[in-house]
Amino acid sequence: MSGHSTFEPKHPALKWFESRLPLVGLIHSSFVAYPTPRNLNYWWTFGGILSLMLVCQILSGVVLVMHYTPHITLAFDSVEHIMRDVSYGWLIRYIHSNGASMFFIAVYIHMFRGLYYGSYKAPREVLWILGCIIYLLMMATAFMGYVLPWGQMSFWGATVITNLFSAFPVVGPTIVEWLWGGFSVDNATLNRFFSLHYLLPFMIAGVVVLHVWALHVVGQNNPTGVEPKSAKDTVPFTPYATIKDAFGMVCFLIFFAWFLFYIPNYLGHADNYIPANPLVTPAHIVPEWYYLPFYAMLRAVPDKLGGVLTMFGAIIVLFFVPWLDTSKVRSGVYRPLFKQFFWIWIAVCIGLGWLGSKPAEGGYVIAGRILTIYYFAHFLIILPLLGLFEKPKAVPASITEAVLGKNKGAAPASAGVSAPQTKG
Amino acid sequence: MTGSRGKETIVAATETAGTTRRDFLYIATGAMGAVGAAALVWPFISQLQPDASVLALSSTEVDLSQVAEGQMVTVKWRGKPVFVWNRTEKDIAEAKGVQLTALLDPIARNANLAADAPATDENRAGEGHEKWLVVIGICTHLGCVPIGHSGEYDGWFCPCHGSEYDTAGRVRRGPAPTNLEVPPYKFVSDTKISIG
Ligand code: HEM
Ligand code: FES
Repeated sequence: MSGHSTFEPKHPALKWFESRLPLVGLIHSSFVAYPTPRNLNYWWTFGGILSLMLVCQILSGVVLVMHYTPHITLAFDSVEHIMRDVSYGWLIRYIHSNGASMFFIAVYIHMFRGLYYGSYKAPREVLWILGCIIYLLMMATAFMGYVLPWGQMSFWGATVITNLFSAFPVVGPTIVEWLWGGFSVDNATLNRFFSLHYLLPFMIAGVVVLHVWALHVVGQNNPTGVEPKSAKDTVPFTPYATIKDAFGMVCFLIFFAWFLFYIPNYLGHADNYIPANPLVTPAHIVPEWYYLPFYAMLRAVPDKLGGVLTMFGAIIVLFFVPWLDTSKVRSGVYRPLFKQFFWIWIAVCIGLGWLGSKPAEGGYVIAGRILTIYYFAHFLIILPLLGLFEKPKAVPASITEAVLGKNKGAAPASAGVSAPQTKG
Repeated sequence: MTGSRGKETIVAATETAGTTRRDFLYIATGAMGAVGAAALVWPFISQLQPDASVLALSSTEVDLSQVAEGQMVTVKWRGKPVFVWNRTEKDIAEAKGVQLTALLDPIARNANLAADAPATDENRAGEGHEKWLVVIGICTHLGCVPIGHSGEYDGWFCPCHGSEYDTAGRVRRGPAPTNLEVPPYKFVSDTKISIG
């Protein structure tokens, strides 16, 4: 794909600089002239929203570190000090804690978008896998961040999650001791988690650069799943995508602000306002909401190692989606059966999340088992078979045709496709 | 070892065609580099281990005269909770009444005995002091602290994922895979134990 315009510096100083480091040209070609499909909907604004949230977490986090003390005797109090004494400390902390949840809401929507529109399919496999790596890094970062306030949930969350590794035969217990730097979650653990919690977001930023690079090599997918064929199918990134992304961000920030100013503790747990006590486990421990589906899977399996493998497997399977989905048609819009299974799968994920928040007993465990099996069946059985048996609807010849109807839109090379399609 | 032969044979015309002196130098250099890198990486990995100050805290004494019959106290050893339970006759009888075959984990898990000792009540309780049960208070599932005097088996119930232990600290209901660990300890006198 060729760009809509190229960057020609006029000012002599800029010319001088550009011939030594073509930075402005790179930005111009990536975020101004870059051709984006003309039919992107609002589900496509979440990539930009994610970038915004990453910046938001890094900025608020760096400020929090100016007042936080990573030591078991001081950490809890230093967080209370931020909340009560530091000027606007409460705001910065609530931005950071609720921001993490917003980040996950956005990443889940972003991933569901990719799964629905087949954005993982060739040639976007590497792009997709980089996304999955980002998601893993986000989970690790958020987990370690949650340990830092050193409340009861911090401590017991850290204990349960690090103990997951003890399930591995032979090396398990040693791995756990080395994660802890001791014989239980303690000061050494807090310190190393703090160090890594600071580091990982910058690694995420690095992978995001690769992710966006990969995106710009293969080009964006779009709701039709049809690759742009002529210049008519695309519009320049600026102003079209820039404005749409900005509008999406503003709406998202309003949603964020509602949590921030009205229900800042809604997504948290009251127990985390009790200082960590290594001798007493709270009666009802649950992880943060964004881990709940995986937590439900962990508890659905009655075997320790089996539970841990199931939980990790639920994430690993995402890496293989590009090869598990055998359909030749990319976008779910033209796949009548896939569409239904997709929404069932979404319901299953939400159901698992709900079960993860319930105590592990009776009917909840049984329901958890059924949904866990379905979760895996979706990827390992349904996706591969659907591609073979499903009869997809006719795919439009071009994006422009999908948008404007056949008569105006038909690209020169599009003969052979019947029935005009409108955007799904 | 035959890669990029074209140029190489011209430059080093006196070498045999298969392996050149240059190949040897590449491999030797690479190997030295790898050894050097590994030597540098090791300190970065090794620092993750429990450090000397953590290891130094590894023994705790408990005065048993303060624990009434039926009472269970929690002491801290290596940062972990350890339950010390002065069991009643009924608790002991209950534990003794269980067949080994009824256990989920038939191994004693007692650091003071052989690794394969069976999980009889004698092997779980204090040596020569059968009323005393000393176990690490960490659920063998994912590390929560179980709640004492509760659950169907009158021992412990774990609030995290519902594991249950009996009056000898043996797991009777999963997901916990093994019995509560008995830490290394000995009776210093009839009323004092030293853990660790
Ligand atoms: C910090 C997290 C992330 C950031 C900042 C980020 C950023 C972006 C941006 C800016 C775009 C381009 C705009 C768009 O199409 O929405 C994009 C596209 C994409 N992302 Fe992400 N992303 C993140 C995480 C993920 C994850 C976790 C996945 C999947 C597992 C993923 C999969 C994709 C795919 C497949 C595309 C191409 C979408 C398309 O054009 O259809 N991303 N990402
Ligand atoms: S930690 Fe005790 S049952 Fe899971």
